[in-house]
Amino acid sequence: MFATGLDWAAWAVAVPLVGALLAGLLPRLGPVLGLVFGLLTALAVAGAVMGVWHEGPVRAGLGGWDVPLGIALSLDGLAALMLAMTAVVGLAVSIYALGYLRSSQTRGKFWALWLWLWASMNALFLSGDVFNIYVTLELVGLAAVALTALSGGAAALGAAMRYLLVSLLGSLAYLMGVALLYGGYGVLDLAALGAAMEPDKVSRLAAVLMTVGLLMKTALFPLHVWLPPAHGSAPAPVSAVLSALVVKASFYLILRLWLDVFPVLTVPGFELFMGALGAGALLWGSLLALRAARLKQVVAYSTVAQLGYLFLVFPLMAVTPGAWQAVVFFALAHACAKATVFLAAGSLQKAAGHDRLAQLGAVMRKEPVTVFAFGIAGASLVGLPLTGGFIAKWLLVDVALQGHAWGWASLVLAGGLLAGGYVFRVLGHAFGRGSVNPDHRPVPAVMVWSTLVLALVSVALGFAGAASLELLALHGGRT
Amino acid sequence: MIPLYLIGGAALFALGLHALVVRRHLVLKVLALNVMGSGVFMVLLALAARGGAEPDAVPHALVLTGIVVAVSATAFALALILRVKAVTGRAYLPERNGDDPA
Amino acid sequence: MNASWLLIFILMSSLVPGLLIFFLREESHGLRTALNLGGAGLKLILVGYLLLGVQRGDVYELRAVLLPGVELVLAADSLSLLFATLSTLLWFVTTIYAVGYLEGSPNHSRFFGFFSLCVSATVGIAFSGNLITFLIFYEILTLATWPLVVHRGTAQSLRAGRLYLAYTLAGGALLLAAMVWLALLAGSGDFKPGGYLMGLEQEFPTQLKLIFAMLVAGFGVKAALVPLHSWLPRAMVAPAPVSALLHAVAVVKAGAFGIVRVVDDVYGLTLVLELGLDLPLMAAAVITIVYGSVRALFADDIKRRLAFSTVSQVSYIVLGVALAGPLGAVGGLVHLVHQGLMKITLFFCAGNFAETLHIHKVSELKGVGRRMPLTMLAFTLGALGMIGAPPLAGFISKWYLGLGALQMEQHWVLAALVVSSLLNAAYFLPPVIRGWFGRREEPWHDEHMKHHRFETHWMLLGPTLFVAAVAVAAGVLAGMPYSPLDWVSLIVEREYAPTGGGL
Repeated sequence: MFATGLDWAAWAVAVPLVGALLAGLLPRLGPVLGLVFGLLTALAVAGAVMGVWHEGPVRAGLGGWDVPLGIALSLDGLAALMLAMTAVVGLAVSIYALGYLRSSQTRGKFWALWLWLWASMNALFLSGDVFNIYVTLELVGLAAVALTALSGGAAALGAAMRYLLVSLLGSLAYLMGVALLYGGYGVLDLAALGAAMEPDKVSRLAAVLMTVGLLMKTALFPLHVWLPPAHGSAPAPVSAVLSALVVKASFYLILRLWLDVFPVLTVPGFELFMGALGAGALLWGSLLALRAARLKQVVAYSTVAQLGYLFLVFPLMAVTPGAWQAVVFFALAHACAKATVFLAAGSLQKAAGHDRLAQLGAVMRKEPVTVFAFGIAGASLVGLPLTGGFIAKWLLVDVALQGHAWGWASLVLAGGLLAGGYVFRVLGHAFGRGSVNPDHRPVPAVMVWSTLVLALVSVALGFAGAASLELLALHGGRT
Repeated sequence: MIPLYLIGGAALFALGLHALVVRRHLVLKVLALNVMGSGVFMVLLALAARGGAEPDAVPHALVLTGIVVAVSATAFALALILRVKAVTGRAYLPERNGDDPA
Repeated sequence: MNASWLLIFILMSSLVPGLLIFFLREESHGLRTALNLGGAGLKLILVGYLLLGVQRGDVYELRAVLLPGVELVLAADSLSLLFATLSTLLWFVTTIYAVGYLEGSPNHSRFFGFFSLCVSATVGIAFSGNLITFLIFYEILTLATWPLVVHRGTAQSLRAGRLYLAYTLAGGALLLAAMVWLALLAGSGDFKPGGYLMGLEQEFPTQLKLIFAMLVAGFGVKAALVPLHSWLPRAMVAPAPVSALLHAVAVVKAGAFGIVRVVDDVYGLTLVLELGLDLPLMAAAVITIVYGSVRALFADDIKRRLAFSTVSQVSYIVLGVALAGPLGAVGGLVHLVHQGLMKITLFFCAGNFAETLHIHKVSELKGVGRRMPLTMLAFTLGALGMIGAPPLAGFISKWYLGLGALQMEQHWVLAALVVSSLLNAAYFLPPVIRGWFGRREEPWHDEHMKHHRFETHWMLLGPTLFVAAVAVAAGVLAGMPYSPLDWVSLIVEREYAPTGGGL
């Protein structure tokens, strides 16, 4: 082997960063650059994943400088899976955006921002110390806000502004936690912190600050109110990236911290509290998704709901230590499905000129492939076979029942049924009787087919459960 | 001396948080975030000095990086405020709040 | 190449045409019909080939790892072949019927696409070799039938679709929980005669009972066990071929087949008897049989009456396996085939009446025997079969069920059978009598369809007469080799023998 997994991982950060710079300098070439650098990034990620698969978890300072002065990269199964998730969704979104932004004035800015966001997310997944995580977190946040504001309307700008304030507040809370941790332990490295962690008051305060900051960015109920307007008013490729990937990035950090750094800090009741918030998100988000009048709002509230599942990781890990793997697989399945659903919603919106559900039926009948893709991804959200969502649901119920946690298992199943409610509510409009809408504008083929391919990835995930779990088992071992 | 800086940092953080929630004008909100940031930096610097004779260099590096990040974030926020003002005529957050899926 | 790939080919023979049809233009009628019938015909041939292979003693089995300890298993045993053959044959006929029935209505590609997916899922259910595989295809079936239920797009059909989903998705969730739980206790074993849970009853008796209840309830939703049945009569708003599919070929059968698998091949008869699960299951079946018949009695809408009749008749299958003895099992399993044949005949007839003469109610049937004698003849044969008039198919089923009840000394079941047969007669004889002997005063409003040669479109009449003939043959020729009865007896001999079936 010529390059190690870590080399590939470094490329996975560098390539989109270079692409972002070039696209910023040469906005006219944005689409070409976006596609080329997207492909190259995906290639680098594939190399990194293969590296972890064969060599196990690795870690090294960039350019030979180790922490605290240098920047350390660390790569294990969890990080590799996150990289892969970002690459698959990112590539599909890039191809989709070729069509979506064809006649848009914002396309010059889009590609630079999007590649920048991609690079930042990859850097975040690879960061091995709490301060680098802060920097990457901020980069991800700023890029995401800029993308949200891209369409430039009053709604989008207002939503972006709110998102920015929440995001900055979250980062500052996180940074305060970092300061306290450094004050207490004199190290920033995740593994070193985890090894030294003592359950004292300062550490607890740091953990609370960092977790709350990240929860704001993850939009966990009841800190979610910024999400639906932001995800609902952004251009479709951006909505897809925000809902599928960006919220997962901050969730990844919460998981990473509580897996590797803070486990000694848990107090009785903490897991229950987080689980209750997750349950609240699941029920409240689903309820609003069932009521929303606009398609993109339905999808955005569905994200609020499905993020609730992620936080079941705390109560589930309390009864079954391996539960986090099930939750990560759920995050993976959700990312693919949710991105597909947002892309499909974007196509329908483009075709109809609006996304009011009640008047969308005629256009849905004219775009059968898009609706079909929506259906497959929707099935994954509900947890129906043969999709990744089904495997995720099976795994979640499995870990819950292993720990005799009947309540959480029922919640997982109930969440699936609620998702069924809003997914089929949307699909029902495709079957309703209504006049044929004369304003139907055909959607570019590249949008239709990239959406369908991403939907088929959800199906492929239905068979990737065993492999993903094997990859996730390559955890830690940071030397 | 050091506890004073620590307490001062925490106070700034709390003060900024309060202003962020209470103030409605967007520039004031961004300023409030900056005050919070200063509070965090102050805590970091106070912790750097705690070691004894030689101050720890790492927190200084962190604060410098943090300031760079804060400057860029502020610049971006101000630019966004200008856009909001240009489009809506007001430098405030939109009124519609909370969960209203209309 | 491995012979087991035949199973994949059988699945693909309807899946691939189905997917292709989605992408066809609405106008390409010829190509779509060719794909439909080509797929249906090919599947029939492949299943026939599989039958020969299984008779030779070849073993067909495919496995893929889904998760650690959880496998996707496709396998062909004699029970799965029974179900697969039935649904393949009826699908072929229903496809022809559907082409004729939907002539001139919109959205053909969508309809036939999902129609083919349905049958793929059903055959997948037939060939499932363990519970999780069964669940996967079972849920796909839900997904593929919903668009057919709401196909007409009216507010009423959308409501029916919502109800259908609410019931079936909840049932699916229950099944998932039960299967995960069972897998934690016993691992995810393959279906095998006599079950794979032996020895666990000492350690986890309560859990096993609870899981059994969850599994039966989950499958009971599709099998329309009372009180989980109310989606079925509402789903009657779907086009007639869909009703045929729901009632005879796929959905309801899938539920009943699931219960058969759970009783015979997961728990095994010995364990079911040991845990005392036979009596509650029997009670549920008997309640459903009687309740469905009573409701059918008071339904004026023909399709609604047939729907309640399905609720009642499908539970004969459940009753048969619940009797937990070889004779009852023969009765139940043979009814899986017989009910399918008779009910599809009746639904085709109802569709013919509705399409040709706009007759939807029993009270409107007066004198229809004069106008559509062949359809009325088919209807009569189906109805008499359902009542259990000898020597028709329903009689054979009921005879064996009765013997099974006597064998297991459950005399009250015999009484229930008699009551339900009387009720069957009470709700099936009036339409027959009215159709033949009633007299219609006003003229038929049948101007919208011109059929010079036959009483209705030949693509509607042909399939109807064919299934009626098969249904009659299944009863009259029950004693011949290769009849459903012969086949089922063979299955019961093979599968019940290891558990000491000759109780």
